[in-house]
Amino acid sequence: MVQPIIDIQSISKCFGDLTVLDNLSFQVAPGEKLALIGPSGSGKTTILRVLMTLETLTSGHVLIEDEQLWHMERGGKLVDADETHLHKMRNSIGMVFQHFNLFPHKTVLENVTLALRLVRGVAKKQADERALELLDLVGLADKRDQKPASLSGGQKQRVAIARALALEPKIMLFDEVTSALDPELVDEVLNVMRRLGEETDMTMLLVTHEMGFARDFADRVLFFDKGRIIESGPPEQIFTDPQEERTRTFLRKVLSAGVSRAESAAVAI
Amino acid sequence: MEWDWNFAIKTLPVLGEGVLVTIQATVLGSVLALALGLVFALMRRSQNKLVSRPTSFFLEFIRGTPLLVQLYFLFFILPDVGILLSPLVAGVIGLGLHYATYTAEVYRAGIDNIPRGQWEASKAVNLTAPQTWQHIILPQAIPPMIPALANYIIAMFKETPLLSAITVLELMNQARSISNFHYRYLEPMTLVGVFFLLISIPSVYFLRRLERKYSPHYK
Ligand SMILES: Nc1ncnc2c1ncn2[C@@H]1O[C@H](COP(=O)(O)OP(=O)(O)O)[C@@H](O)[C@H]1O
Ligand SMILES: [Mg+2]
Repeated sequence: MVQPIIDIQSISKCFGDLTVLDNLSFQVAPGEKLALIGPSGSGKTTILRVLMTLETLTSGHVLIEDEQLWHMERGGKLVDADETHLHKMRNSIGMVFQHFNLFPHKTVLENVTLALRLVRGVAKKQADERALELLDLVGLADKRDQKPASLSGGQKQRVAIARALALEPKIMLFDEVTSALDPELVDEVLNVMRRLGEETDMTMLLVTHEMGFARDFADRVLFFDKGRIIESGPPEQIFTDPQEERTRTFLRKVLSAGVSRAESAAVAI
Repeated sequence: MEWDWNFAIKTLPVLGEGVLVTIQATVLGSVLALALGLVFALMRRSQNKLVSRPTSFFLEFIRGTPLLVQLYFLFFILPDVGILLSPLVAGVIGLGLHYATYTAEVYRAGIDNIPRGQWEASKAVNLTAPQTWQHIILPQAIPPMIPALANYIIAMFKETPLLSAITVLELMNQARSISNFHYRYLEPMTLVGVFFLLISIPSVYFLRRLERKYSPHYK
């Protein structure tokens, strides 16, 4: 593999007695589209949250472009990162949440410009222009002055994507971004993601239950269970010829439960 | 005892001076209670236990002791350790500090009501903690708090007569000195009551409107 953009080295995460990530290691190549699948509670969200620095590690190291995420060097020794270091590291990472988490008191446009203005210090005019380009990309430029409450779930999630794109992160994390949506609104969000995949060289990690989309979109699929990687490989292999019994059981369950949904996604491709 | 209009009218200029002091104490006390309450709430939420624990203890201590006792400490006992406050300053500090412990509780509840996702989204777009407070948390948390905060300000207003105990020449104190001087309590005390009603009743209506405006149930 070329120099990885994300290098996860033996990380563990415990909540009290519960081990959620169990000595986990994997790497992600620059520009790679990686799908994380697995049963509920297997730790997929926690991985993304660790990368977004929303959740601390119990042990292990994460490198982003060869730089420690959760640690920093002090006098030749690795110590826990301080807020300044984390702030710097967050610049290259963006995240889209299952429940959107838009800022409800701000307009659609302000949701997107906020970070540009506060974090990057971009002037209002330029920030507005940039935000409108991004809203255009997600097809919502005409909603610029509305508040999030007046949007549909699919529209909210597209605004959230535009907001995350504003700082031009090299890595984007998508945590089940369609699972809170009504079925008929799923495609508009997946289409935006597809477009991002085609038009940018961003590294994208997505946790998803949309197996049809994962299969079409991802370069590589990781199957998780109980905080470990059980199996990984290109989507054709994972979805048609899984090597592990647990993967087969999982896929049989989700595919039979969501067959119509997965297929409609596959057709939309 | 009969109502004496002449006497009532004669007392008005002096009572008027008292009204001004009462309003002054309420306004300054409110500003202090609102600002200090926010500081207390933030200190109490601090990750640093050396900050949050003593703050918590201090708030319980103030809430658990009567305002009158605190006023006595501020005005009669602090001078023993070399801190001399004028009656009005001691009174404003007393009111502000006491009510700040209540507004702190309102702020705390309001801040806790903001979903965790708002903090996380702020972090994901790399806002700093002060930016998150200023642009995301407080603008959402404060409007629903307004009715409760206004309620405490009205309560504080009705407690200003306590300041007469530390010689502040507010309305109650003026009324009492007129009464004592003329041996007539009916007119001055009635006028004090009327004044408080004149302010309180519209305040309560105003409060209802605030509640309707900011309460999520009415939206
Ligand atoms: N803050 C937390 N405190 C305690 N347990 C948690 C916390 N966050 C997640 N967990 C637990 O960690 C496990 C993995 O959660 P998660 O990463 O959300 O799984 P997934 O996204 O694969 O469904 C679950 O059992 C969940 O209950
Ligand atoms: Mg999850």
